[in-house]
Amino acid sequence: MAKTAKITVDGKTYEVDATKNLLEVCLSLKLDLPYFCWHPAMGSVGACRQCAVKKFRDENDKVGKLFMACMEPIVDGMIISIQDAEAKEFRKGVIEWLMTNHPHDCPVCDEGGECHLQDMTVMTGHDYRRYRFKKRTYKNQYLGPFINHEMNRCIQCYRCVRYYRDYAGGKDFDVFGVHNTVYFGRHEDGVLENEFSGNLVEVCPTGVFTDKTLGKHYTRKWDQTYAPSICVHCSVGCNTIAAERYGLLRRVQSRYNGEVNGYFLCDRGRFGYEFVNSPKRIRKPLRKNKETRQFEELGSEDALKYIRKLLSDSKRIIGIGSARASLESNFTLLSFVEKQNFYWGESDRNIQLIQKQYDILRNGPARTPSLRDIEKCDVVIVLGEDLTNTAPMIALALRQSVRQEPVQSATPYRIPHWQDQAVRELTQDEKGPIFIATPLATRLDEISETYRAAADDIARLGFMVANSFSDRSPLVSGATDEQKKLSGKISEALKKAKRPLIIAGPSLQSEAVIEAAANIANAMITSGKTCELCFTVPEVNSMGMAMMDITHQGIESAFEALKNKPADTLIILENDLYRRAEEQAVDSFLGKFKNVIVLDYLENSTSLKADAVLSSGSFAESDGTFVNNEGRAQRFYQVYDAGENIKESWRWLRDIMLNSGLHEFGKWKILSDFTNALSKAMPVFDGINNITPPPGFRIAGEKIPREPFRYSGRTAMFANKSVHEPKPPEDIDSPLSFTMEGYRGKPPSSIIPFFWSPGWNSQQAINKYQIEIGGALHGGDPGKRLIEPKSGKTPAFFTKIPQAFSPRNGDWFVVPVYHIFGSEELSVNAPGINELTPKPYVMISSEDAGSLGLTSEKQIELEAQGKTYSLPAKLNLGLPKGLIGIPKGLPGMPEIKTGSWVRLKMG
Amino acid sequence: MHSHIFSNYPPKDKSNLIPLLQDVQNIYGFLPETALMDISEFIGMPLSRIYGVATFYNQFRLKPLGKNIIRVCRGTACHVKGSANLLFALENELNCKAGETTRDKTFTLETVACIGACSIAPVINVNGDYYGRATVKDIPKILKKYASQTNSTEKIEEQITSEK
Repeated sequence: MAKTAKITVDGKTYEVDATKNLLEVCLSLKLDLPYFCWHPAMGSVGACRQCAVKKFRDENDKVGKLFMACMEPIVDGMIISIQDAEAKEFRKGVIEWLMTNHPHDCPVCDEGGECHLQDMTVMTGHDYRRYRFKKRTYKNQYLGPFINHEMNRCIQCYRCVRYYRDYAGGKDFDVFGVHNTVYFGRHEDGVLENEFSGNLVEVCPTGVFTDKTLGKHYTRKWDQTYAPSICVHCSVGCNTIAAERYGLLRRVQSRYNGEVNGYFLCDRGRFGYEFVNSPKRIRKPLRKNKETRQFEELGSEDALKYIRKLLSDSKRIIGIGSARASLESNFTLLSFVEKQNFYWGESDRNIQLIQKQYDILRNGPARTPSLRDIEKCDVVIVLGEDLTNTAPMIALALRQSVRQEPVQSATPYRIPHWQDQAVRELTQDEKGPIFIATPLATRLDEISETYRAAADDIARLGFMVANSFSDRSPLVSGATDEQKKLSGKISEALKKAKRPLIIAGPSLQSEAVIEAAANIANAMITSGKTCELCFTVPEVNSMGMAMMDITHQGIESAFEALKNKPADTLIILENDLYRRAEEQAVDSFLGKFKNVIVLDYLENSTSLKADAVLSSGSFAESDGTFVNNEGRAQRFYQVYDAGENIKESWRWLRDIMLNSGLHEFGKWKILSDFTNALSKAMPVFDGINNITPPPGFRIAGEKIPREPFRYSGRTAMFANKSVHEPKPPEDIDSPLSFTMEGYRGKPPSSIIPFFWSPGWNSQQAINKYQIEIGGALHGGDPGKRLIEPKSGKTPAFFTKIPQAFSPRNGDWFVVPVYHIFGSEELSVNAPGINELTPKPYVMISSEDAGSLGLTSEKQIELEAQGKTYSLPAKLNLGLPKGLIGIPKGLPGMPEIKTGSWVRLKMG
Repeated sequence: MHSHIFSNYPPKDKSNLIPLLQDVQNIYGFLPETALMDISEFIGMPLSRIYGVATFYNQFRLKPLGKNIIRVCRGTACHVKGSANLLFALENELNCKAGETTRDKTFTLETVACIGACSIAPVINVNGDYYGRATVKDIPKILKKYASQTNSTEKIEEQITSEK
């Protein structure tokens, strides 16, 4: 708390933060005060009049005056009353007029049971409808596969438009009309363009915007089973709540973490979960029949027996891990096959780059910021990353960091920063400095100064900036005027910055870009400034893999090693090798093994080639630990028990080991045994066993229930199978129980299965879990940072500056194009995401297309790696000459190496 | 048809949105979608934002008016003198609600707060002609008088469709 003040609320005196507004303070004190238009992430506008309180001049003032709490700055000695009869009557009146047009359709509304409007109506005591006229009605819009629109329920709080337009930078959503016909939507039907539209579901206090994917298999909030989870669709590691009923994953919601994702999620994270319910799920162990080459289903016991048979005559076993599998699963495979036979299932090139990033963060002086820290940075340089598509939530955070500098201009006018409308009126479209250097246009271009170039030129620009801070970073010779001007501008901005940040990543497959980013940070820190350094990585646990004590060899090394020293059995852990290397190479690699065993949850090209497939649990059926790009170890928990045929990969592997006679692993029984063994074997993970309470943790002798106490039908939900009430599944790995029985109070922050508080059924109950509104959760935000900067040591500078990129005649240089919807392996199996996934194409600059006589959508023949592909062309205005954009990971798109040269033939 | 209006304004300046909308409405009598798209591009503001402004102000319309505009005074004096009955009668006769245009685009029915002719209440105004002390009985006669007349709205519409 920076500045404190004493205030009196209903006769009780509290010491509170004086920089906040009265509403935030009351909620922080856990007092119930209804509100609508205010949102902790978006500040106050004072539009709904719902948070009215009585304010008194002094102790002798018995009459007082009504004020809107969200618009009142805290003053020392303030005397207010929430329970004052007049204030209560006023708040009740506000709800009554908001409800005049609200359809009382709660029984058919998806928001029912977790509706902020319901909660507030009950809280204010409005229970009798006096308005007897017709309600106004609207036509609803089609807003795409994720969001359902039901405008009749709207209470005009304006939160949606403030979130979508002001917070997330959306362009295609606004408020229309006036008076009693105010309408929130698009100017015409269509898919919402913004990548963060899913948050409207949680931002809307009632059922105007609801989750369409949940609607397809709808279940009330109180009937779902929840668990704290971690999003698996990129490296940022947003905290999520996943919900299940009847063995079907129903939805994913944001799980507040004050250090990571705060209140929000991206659409890939929120709606990608449906891959868990995909028809491509592997739900039973499979064995390939030697004659028919078809898969046969097995029971788990039979599967283990079969694998034991396969392994019993194996001389050497190779294990391939995965950055989408948990630390525990990778560690168990590593323990089984031993270090020299374990390969990190990623391309050699990516491993080098991720490893380099980890080394820079581990040995360098620059701190890696959390997602929340990124929002607070005032000058940002992005080198080579299209963040909206590779690490979406960082892009949303950058939309907040560009406001850091302009918001300061409110201070001299004595406008508090939570006064959203006033601050926006003052700052207008002003943006703080942010520079983005990428080959392709990005969604963040509208808020930034951009530089379009190939990776080598981006790196050169970075080296120029670094050199302006320290001579120890080498001088770049032969810079263009554009580069000189821009690097000068960047240096100027960085010099003035209070909290600068450099972001880079491996997307462009360029070491030079990463080195340039490190040099800028190092140079700034050696010249006495501060600087933070954020790296993105490709997958949810890529950073965790980089930290593991393994040989850090990739797929190609595995191919190579096999030539020298043959092996007969291959175990692949949650990995589709065909996404990592060329098809032919993988084919020949897999062909060299007598037995290929795959552990995975979705059918893919690799699992189809296996001799035996073990049905692993996805994030929803597993426990484990991931390390995000920040180096934060976070635990995710199993949402539901999927039966004996679906197990965590680490549990399958343990069973295989026990079956193979490795009895010493018999002592690895529950998750914490694995985690403890891991942190003992690799000290870098020291402490990850303590990021959540141990499985024996109890409050008042009870476990934490995964289900709300109103969970219905427990004794009858499987009556179609048996009238006997089944024994509830036991969770031996965590302090959570699979049932509704257990401790009803607030659990520790790292194992919150869902947000609920008496009278607060909606997600807004988060207020009750925070120490201070918008701050940390009670007991500290979950997760443990494993990478902290080394101070005192003089950092090492990188000295190799790449040559400037020069286009070749007749050849094109491949740059990757990432898509938030489509480039990620798992989410693309969710129907909604799949609908928005583009078809395969190649992107070519308009300039090059002009000289080739190409038009958009025309098929072009592309010659790469000795193969010819025919793909439609897409023209791009900003792409520099000589570069060609190849979308990454799209279904049906051939894998063409980033950084290679390809040839074009006109179709 | 509206491209000339842009020469009076600097590009990418959002503050000129309302004058631009007014100019467009002066040309067409309403705001056609194509013109709004052009404005959006010219001043660099998303189309949704422009629709937000255009639907906020009463002076802008997104649909072409009927050939004849009927304004029923709903001011205090006219209300006392029974203008509500006049409005109901017109709504029934035209088969459209206040603020709407008939299907054949012959009439647009509007209400106004006060025309300023309280001495002859209740008043209706058709294309600028005043009908004072009007009664429900007069309405068919008045409508008949205008049903056969045309004005320039039709021509403009034809022009827009041919431009598209």
